[in-house]
Amino acid sequence: MGHVATPYLLLVPTIIAIVALLGYPIVNLVELSFQQYGLGQLITHHGVYIGLANYSSILSDPLFWNTLWRTLVFTAANVGLTMVLGMLIALLLVRVSTWVRLLLTGALVLAWSMPPVVAVQVWNWMTNLQNGVLNYTLTQLGIGNYFQHNWYASTASQYAMVTSLIVWGGLPFVVITVYASLSQVPHELVEAAQIDGARAWRILKDVTLPVVKPILLILTSLSIIWDFGVFTQPYLLIGPGQQSPDNYLMSTYLYIEGYAQTDYGKGAAISILMLAIVAVLSIFYVRAMLRTGDE
Amino acid sequence: MTTKRSRRVGWNIVGLALFVVIAFPTYWMISTAFKPDNKIYGFTPTFFPTHPTLQHFSDAISRPYFWTDVKNSLIVVLSTVVIALFLSFFAAVALAKYRFTGRKLFIVLVIGIQMLPQTGLIIPIYVVLGRYHLVNTLFGLILVYLTFSLPFCVWTLRGFMIGIPKELEEAAMVDGSTRVGAFVRILLPLVAPGLVATSVFAFITSWNEFIFANTIMSGGTKQTITVWLSLFTGGARAVDWGALMAASTLISIPVVIFFLFVQRRIAFGLTAGAVRG
Repeated sequence: MGHVATPYLLLVPTIIAIVALLGYPIVNLVELSFQQYGLGQLITHHGVYIGLANYSSILSDPLFWNTLWRTLVFTAANVGLTMVLGMLIALLLVRVSTWVRLLLTGALVLAWSMPPVVAVQVWNWMTNLQNGVLNYTLTQLGIGNYFQHNWYASTASQYAMVTSLIVWGGLPFVVITVYASLSQVPHELVEAAQIDGARAWRILKDVTLPVVKPILLILTSLSIIWDFGVFTQPYLLIGPGQQSPDNYLMSTYLYIEGYAQTDYGKGAAISILMLAIVAVLSIFYVRAMLRTGDE
Repeated sequence: MTTKRSRRVGWNIVGLALFVVIAFPTYWMISTAFKPDNKIYGFTPTFFPTHPTLQHFSDAISRPYFWTDVKNSLIVVLSTVVIALFLSFFAAVALAKYRFTGRKLFIVLVIGIQMLPQTGLIIPIYVVLGRYHLVNTLFGLILVYLTFSLPFCVWTLRGFMIGIPKELEEAAMVDGSTRVGAFVRILLPLVAPGLVATSVFAFITSWNEFIFANTIMSGGTKQTITVWLSLFTGGARAVDWGALMAASTLISIPVVIFFLFVQRRIAFGLTAGAVRG
């Protein structure tokens, strides 16, 4: 009955699997980052130790800093839009009639469940310059002449498309989670505040926000971590052949300069830098989850 | 009262406008899949198609490698789910039902791994798999998928198990069964819905996975269905949009069905801890 060793025995299979499948590659990643490791080394399985050369060449390259800066701006824009719109839509869900709420949540769940690669292809089709519905609609609405407009001609425009795709895909999780936590806002408190003549903004700020604040913080940090490392959408929507120093994000930068150009040592060093940044970004989230996991 | 009602009408209008915007991509995918070609390539898009056709679906599934790659995806995804679920079940029991030294460290590990950006792991995984001649094999891809589905399953299952009242287990133990016996007879039936929900979600994430499949697998007969779909537009000068949207619809169907099935449960599982804490 309940031996001291029981929980450890239960954990053994998982720990072995994690160490073998992840621990080993991560040790390897650190090793690789100090090595010259290209195609030749991939075949012989032996890298050439070159100390910190990979790191110093990356950190002295303006390309790294430009890419990091672009990724941070991109992350801030995507997370900001997702969180603000998500919060607004969740608040709207409380105010609409039931049938509108059901329609909206239905649409959100469908968006949520669309596989990212599929969503990319749907975006490709909607923003197609020849027959895309976006160009047609914008032109018809009189917003401008978008006849045969190419949305992928400039970096800013490319990222406008990527952002719209990511926000559309990321909204459902935020809206549905925030909406669920809004139901915990005490009704009596809202009504009392209304009777006291409090304005909607004050009720939101002093009654609603304190209740949903913990969940908002967790969702924000999760979104930051996800959007900082996002790969599939920018890589596929902008196009594998269109990735360039002008539009790299950290993930595509690492993929092209490290993996695709078979400079694995350099790629490993970029990976380590990227993982370090994400680790810093995750501290808040892990601490919050730890508190709940330890109740 | 009238201002309250008119305000609600206003919110409803905003809500409906949002509904149109959010639902549109899904609607456009499905409606394009059923439209005849002359409605797809017309100068003016057809918003409400009248003559549905199944032509694009038969075009899509008869394209090279469709069925091979669906089969590859199914083999990899189902193996991953079965292995991950089996291993994580024990770990989740340990986390949910025992207090022990090192528990906190293990939790940090499980959550931390899920935060690792997958691109950051491409290079070491590619190099290590190469060392064991597992690049471009389904088995290699299954091992890679376990790296993210295993921690996910541990954490999610733990959440479902915490909800089971301790009294039930204790009652079983008083009846003279061992703790393990209590788990099997009492816990297992109670945790079954959680197991289903967790496995379905693990299925979806593996089915949708693109980065590792794209890196490790190459060639029509080896790739997964997401890679197959991503290559649809590449190379060709004229894209067959109807077939592409039909294929997209087909690939989404299993995910959507599964997703509708578990969404409430998982959304709850992801946030329950946070709200309670």
